[in-house]
Order: sequence, then structure tokens, then C-alpha cells
Amino acid sequence: MRQIAVASGKGGTGKTSIVASFASLTEAVFADCDVDAPNLHLILKPEIMERIPYKGMKVARIDEEKCTECGACQRACRFNAIENFKVMEEKCEGCKVCTLVCPVNAISMYERVTGHIYTANTRFGNFVYGLLEAGEEASGKLVAQVRQKAREVAEKKGIDLIIIDSPAGIGCPVIASIGNTDLVIIVAEPTMAAIHDMERILSVAEHFKIRAVVVVNKYDINEGMTEKIERFCKEKGIDIVGKIPFNKKFTEAMVKGLNIVEYDENIAESMRKIWNKIENKLK
Amino acid sequence: MIITVASGKGGTGKTTVAVNLALATDAKLYDCDVEEPNANIFIKANLQKIEDVFLMNPSFDLNKCTFCKKCAEFCAYNAIAVLPSDILFFPELCSGCGGCKIVCEHDAITEGKKKIGEIYHGKNEVEIYQGILNIGEARAVPIITKLKSYVNKQNTSILDAPPGNGCPAIEAMHGADFVILVTEPTPFGLHDLKIAINIVRKLEIPFGVIINRYGIGDEGVEKYCKEDGIEILMKIPYSRKIAELYSAGIPFVKEMKEWKRNFIEMYEAIK
Repeated sequence: MRQIAVASGKGGTGKTSIVASFASLTEAVFADCDVDAPNLHLILKPEIMERIPYKGMKVARIDEEKCTECGACQRACRFNAIENFKVMEEKCEGCKVCTLVCPVNAISMYERVTGHIYTANTRFGNFVYGLLEAGEEASGKLVAQVRQKAREVAEKKGIDLIIIDSPAGIGCPVIASIGNTDLVIIVAEPTMAAIHDMERILSVAEHFKIRAVVVVNKYDINEGMTEKIERFCKEKGIDIVGKIPFNKKFTEAMVKGLNIVEYDENIAESMRKIWNKIENKLK
Repeated sequence: MIITVASGKGGTGKTTVAVNLALATDAKLYDCDVEEPNANIFIKANLQKIEDVFLMNPSFDLNKCTFCKKCAEFCAYNAIAVLPSDILFFPELCSGCGGCKIVCEHDAITEGKKKIGEIYHGKNEVEIYQGILNIGEARAVPIITKLKSYVNKQNTSILDAPPGNGCPAIEAMHGADFVILVTEPTPFGLHDLKIAINIVRKLEIPFGVIINRYGIGDEGVEKYCKEDGIEILMKIPYSRKIAELYSAGIPFVKEMKEWKRNFIEMYEAIK
């Protein structure tokens, strides 16, 4: 089983548009691991087959009747999740330390459904995605379960490839999305901010010993910066597998709910070339 | 007053809004996108490290340990595995809650500090504080919490939040007096904006929306805001000039003076 993740560091560089275009170019199970702001389903338009409840970390609740307001829980909580003898659920990490230190057993832990994992059919094939309820912790745990489900679907259908849409950033859900993949595709933009972020996500890939390649999106909005990306990648021995020009058609396709390969034949051809290079890397 | 600039979807222009707003109103800027901090690319202050951020991590004294497994059974993160005569500890799973030390009856656990990031400070035209997460570390929230300890409610403080709707973004919004949600007029922008609005409402913080790159995409965001009675604070048109200035790390209020007034007016309206 081969797994590819598309990541970026900086948000909004075009990860999801690129992943969606691959759906027209290869047979794979697609997995949207951007569980607190997923977008891939807006293009793939899934017909949901299975909806699996996701239980996040348990959260603490204080029984007001029993609570003597001694403050032991507030002092012990390292996440500052208890204020005025109430648990702020969005800050609670489920560690249970408050239940240990409460002298009157006023605190117990509750399990809640905080999101769902969906398996679906699309016009391109199989799709798995996760969606957290608003304001719930977006731990790598849901990402790991989405990936596990994608593997099960791939095995069942005899498909040898999983393509993962990663969230932005370099923290917990990103590490969970790109960990143990065969290749991570970093989508960069020729802006100072995006280059800075690309360098950091490439360091994360290196840290976890994951092979990385770069795609430069909107390369012509600042060709000087694009050259900077090329120099950087050359020095580091990282291949640039494609450069995509800025084109309003990407937004037009998104508005129509299509991927760019379906929407524009010329751009489809360049996306196909990029995909072929990526596929060669997997051999 | 604390204003957090957040978005849901990444790359909609949070940092652009936060930087230009801080410059226009002479506010202090806090870059809470500790995974990928970018604000100082535009402020260009000479940053000095002012603090390291640590996570507590247990270490185990095998001479005292009886391998009773109480710590491993308590750990909600499966960060400890107890073997017949050894302990395996997985630091990347540990939240630093300190529970294992409390449950250990044999005084075999002590806590050490593990550095996970840093806080920086600098001043150019405005003062900037920035948190940064070390490469390979998973937990951004403790760094944002530490960064927020430098926020003074008496001043105008602009917090640039990370993208997404997860715990780091929520931590950046917590305690704010007002949240500005920056979006773009596309189906992706609208979808993630709706999630962000749910969160801000749950946190009971007043908020408004800025539509960036106005003119690309469709009418969805504007229609949604009108129907739901959500205030649109500002529309920043899609402009090649703004995009080019951004790519070169130049805040556009510096080159397009009329926008300085727009940001000041928006700030007065929020106040």
C-alpha cells in the first residue's frame, strides 16, 4: 500500500485543488485529513455510504452539588481548563488529573461524540473524510482514524494507493497526516510567507524521514521568489515536480464544484504531467 | 482591547489584516500562528528571544519503580508502556498533565522540562510578540497560552490566529473582546467560515467578517452574511498590486494610504 500526503505549511496555497485534480488522474482512495476545516468533499461531492461516530478525548465535568469550591482542581490543571469551578470543555485535554485531586469526588469524565468519519462513493471512486463538531479538539486521533478507515477501504477494494489532503501548519494533525507516508507533496507559493512556511514543513518531513517533493503554485505571481524556491530546493536536493501558473480558472472550477482537470483541458494536461512525475517517484 | 484575527480556511489573509490593522492603529501585534509565524516578515523587527516554552515530561527511577503499571493505566494518552522490568515512554504522546507523578505510590517519577518552543519580542513601527513551535513538536497550544501572557488588556492588542478551527485557533480566540473572521468569496472560504462562526458564537465573542480578494469567486459569503445578520466589516478587493506587495513582504497600508484610513475607521467602529 502506497500513501501520498499533500501538505503545505501555509494555508490556502492550493492543496485541496491539487488533490481534487489527482482524483481525475489516478485510481486511489482519497482521504481528507483536514478534519477541522475540510473542503475536498465540496469538489468530490460524496454519496455517503457509512457514517461512523468519532469519540474524542473524554472531558471532565464538575458536579455543582458536590463541589466545595476548594480550588484543588484549578491548581492541578495544567491546561487552565477550569475557571470559577467550571470546566471549559474546549480547553480540557481529558487527562483526568482533576478527578485525582478532588477531595470530594465531584468530578467525573464524560465521553462524547465529537465528530464523524464518513466513507463515500464519488464520481471518481472511494473517499474517506472526517469532520469534527465545531470547537472540538482536532487531535491527531481523528486523523489517525480517517487514515485507518482509508486503509481498510483500500484493502477491501484492492486499491494500492491512498492520497491524503493534510491540514495547514506543522503541529499535531499535520504530523498525524504525513507520518509514515511514502511521499509528501509540499504545495508552495512564491511569497515570502509561503517560502518560510515551506522550509518549516520540509524540516518536519526530514525530521520524520519522509521523502518530499515540491509543487510551486501560482509561480508567475512573483518569478523572483519562484527562483528562490528553485535555488533552495536544488541545494537541499528536493525535486520540484511542477510549476502551476496563476489562473482564475481554478476559482471558477471550484465555484462550479469541479476539479481543474474536468474544467479546463489545457491545465488538465499540465496537471497530468505533474501527476506522472509523482507516480514515477513512487516506483 | 484584544482583537483576534481568525479565519477557518488558511491563506485567506489573516496575517495581512492583522499586520495592516496593527500598523494603522499603532497596536501591539501577537503572532499566534506558532506553527508558521509570518507576521514579522511584514513588520521586520529585530526579534529577540524572551522566553523558552517547556512541556513537563516524566522520567522514571527504575530503582524505585515496582512496575505496578498504575501510571500507564492512568495515562489518557498511552504515552507510557510498562514492561516486566522496564518502562517505555513516548514523549510525543505525552501532554505534560503530571498525572503519572500523582498516581505513583513509590515516588519513582520526577518531572523534567522538555523545550517545545520559544517566545520572541521586537519593535519596529509597532511592537510584535511571536511564538514559535519547534520542528517535530505536536503541541502548539502551550506556546500560544504563554504568548498570550504578554497581552495587556489596557493596550490595543491584535492577535493573528493560526488557520483551521482546531484547538490552536480556539486558544487564540479565547479571552478576546472581538474576533475578526477573514474569508474569501469562494465555496471553500464560505464552508470554513461557517464552522468558525459556530465556534465564535459558542465562545460568546462579538465578531464581524472581512471578505478578502473580493471579486473572485461567487456571491455565497456575502449572501450568507446578509441572511444571517452578520456584519461585514470590510471588503478588500482582489488586486494584483496587493498580491504583489504581499508576496514581497510589504504591508499594503504603507503603499496605499487610503487603506490606512479604512482600517482606522473599521477599528473605531469595532471599539
